[in-house]
Amino acid sequence: MYSEKVIDCFMNPKNIGEIEDADGVGTVGNPRCGDIMKIYLKIEDNIITEAKFKTFGCGAAIATSTMMTQMVQGKSITEALKITDQAVAEALDGLPPVKMHCSCLAERALQAALWDYAQKNQLTIEGLKPPESTTEEPEEKSIEE
Amino acid sequence: MIYFDHAATTPVKPEVLEAMLPYFSEKYGNASSVYKLAQENKKAIDNARRVVAQLLGAQPNEIFFTSGGTESDNWALRGIASSLKEKGNHLITTKIEHHAVLHTCQYLESQGFEVTYLDVDENGLVTAEQVAKAIKTDTILISIIYANNEIGTIMPIAEIGKVAKEHGVIFHTDAVQAVGQIPIDVNRQHIDLLSLSGHKFYGPKGIGALYLRRGIKIPSLLHGGGQERGRRAGTENVPGIVGLATAMDLAYQNLERKNTKIKALRDQLINGIYKRIPFCRLNGHREQRLPNNVNFSFDFIEGESLLLLLDFEGIAASSGSACTSGSLDPSHVLLALGLPHEQAHGSIRFTLGEDNTREEVDLLLEKLPPFVQKLRAMSPLYEDFLRKHS
Repeated sequence: MYSEKVIDCFMNPKNIGEIEDADGVGTVGNPRCGDIMKIYLKIEDNIITEAKFKTFGCGAAIATSTMMTQMVQGKSITEALKITDQAVAEALDGLPPVKMHCSCLAERALQAALWDYAQKNQLTIEGLKPPESTTEEPEEKSIEE
Repeated sequence: MIYFDHAATTPVKPEVLEAMLPYFSEKYGNASSVYKLAQENKKAIDNARRVVAQLLGAQPNEIFFTSGGTESDNWALRGIASSLKEKGNHLITTKIEHHAVLHTCQYLESQGFEVTYLDVDENGLVTAEQVAKAIKTDTILISIIYANNEIGTIMPIAEIGKVAKEHGVIFHTDAVQAVGQIPIDVNRQHIDLLSLSGHKFYGPKGIGALYLRRGIKIPSLLHGGGQERGRRAGTENVPGIVGLATAMDLAYQNLERKNTKIKALRDQLINGIYKRIPFCRLNGHREQRLPNNVNFSFDFIEGESLLLLLDFEGIAASSGSACTSGSLDPSHVLLALGLPHEQAHGSIRFTLGEDNTREEVDLLLEKLPPFVQKLRAMSPLYEDFLRKHS
């Protein structure tokens, strides 16, 4: 079901934890769909110097969290914003179709953390949209059958 | 590998395989033909039918072989709905049926039937009183799962059967998880139709049976030749039928002794988990429960990730999390118990088998706590919980 890379990122997750004095924190997902991702960022001079995460979710959710936090480290905000869910999935050698929403979650978590950073510092970051509310009920999207 | 997923399927026993093998090669005759090679196979089928009937307290002509539990459930529900549609269009079932029943009910609703889905209590039980209250003048069928596949809760089948009989309503039970683990008597329990599946009790996959009480007429699901006395067309799966009967016969031999052993392992696992892991909950009824079923929700974590960690250690189990069902929603059974979504996502089912040992359960109990702890350490829900309670 999962690629070796997904399994490796899940079994040996990197960047787990909190950043006490984070410059941006973003939480997305909700318990209803079984995925909650929280990303902490440390940002200096427009560069993401540290990224950490806490995730409640399946193997794919934990693997994408690991991959996303690794991919953004050292990148400028503009570069980080270019990391799409597709790019995260590709870096993991693909995700099963039913797990693609996990990589979307990682992209949204990153954007939510950057939005938090922008809000705190009263910055306008080009191309960054406010995160969707995470408390609302997701659409009934059954992919069964 | 340590296999704790016997509710998903079981390995075919060597004795069962041995009984089946000749019917793939030298005894290949089509039971509908006249020559000796074929007639011997007809005898093998008749004999298998007698064995299955006897183990259920039924008559041989009340047993029809099918391709498995799903076909039996579909046939029972659609068959009764079709043959009694002039009498009424109301069916009663529960919220914790297997999808083979649940989705068939939904299909029948799309065809104009009305279905009452009974609530279950926090342990997964419905009562005979609930069933009695739901019966209306146009009720044509009651279908209640015998023992739930996820949480192992055993329904009060005899009491429900009695209520059905008193009200003159036909009673079907999906007994796929119960057959081979619990003694069943269709007459004493007033069961009119019963579905069973071979691969749940060390028989082969692709074979099942429907018990249909004499006198109850249902139309065929599959039309064609005159097999199964014209009720279920298709050349008989002779190796499967022989395998199912052999396996069912073996399952009921020394049942009490086997169940005593499996129950001891089950209780060792339940008590061990409670002792070693905080913030968890046993799902399903503590006593009225299949001898082999253990189902726990571990707070703050998601089931599939725990399954993956266990799989890496060679331990096979299953989960009610959405991620293992192909849908975003977790198990409908756990939600029906009243579990919040996050707890339903964090459920794990271990189902034991005849060959599991104390040592295997010990090993699971040793591996499980650090895995749960590892996942909690990366869970934002656990972080929130600790913050609130520090």
